[in-house]
Amino acid sequence: MTNPVHEQIKKDITENKVVLYMKGTPVFPQCGFSSMSVQIMEHCGCDYKAINVLDDMLIREGIKEYSDWPTIPQLYVNGEFIGGCDIMREMFEENELQELLKD
Amino acid sequence: MPMNADEIVNQIKKTFPDAVVEMTDLAGDGDHWSAVVKSSSFVGKSRIQQHKMVYEALGGKMGDDLHALQLKTKPLD
Repeated sequence: MTNPVHEQIKKDITENKVVLYMKGTPVFPQCGFSSMSVQIMEHCGCDYKAINVLDDMLIREGIKEYSDWPTIPQLYVNGEFIGGCDIMREMFEENELQELLKD
Repeated sequence: MPMNADEIVNQIKKTFPDAVVEMTDLAGDGDHWSAVVKSSSFVGKSRIQQHKMVYEALGGKMGDDLHALQLKTKPLD
């Protein structure tokens, strides 16, 4: 039995190279960690699809199950879960995120 | 009920007895913590695995009682 929420998530992270699941939007982030992750993406100067989990409770909970990660934001690159805000910041500080987003 | 620093450290040390944990109260409200956790258990693990190990040690409180935990993990050689 396929899970329609997981199917939707899979579709989004497959069709878009970089996807950031966040609370709010890049222009109006609704949480400190989501706001920090948007700033990190802006510093990387990379295009990405932002998905506001506050628009859809099923996605908000489904994404945590999908990645087995308890919090939002969540970054996906090439369909793979990269991490939340802490890992994004650490990777950015060590220039790993910039490298990853360059390819 | 938010967790205080000691509760967080004790909970982590239950799973990682050798852990060195540095806690910082980010907002002064006892609900926004930063933790640097070092343990030999992280050796050879990816960042995501290390963070998941800490979240599991916190017994699924991440995102509930523990609203905001800024986490940094480092392997202890």
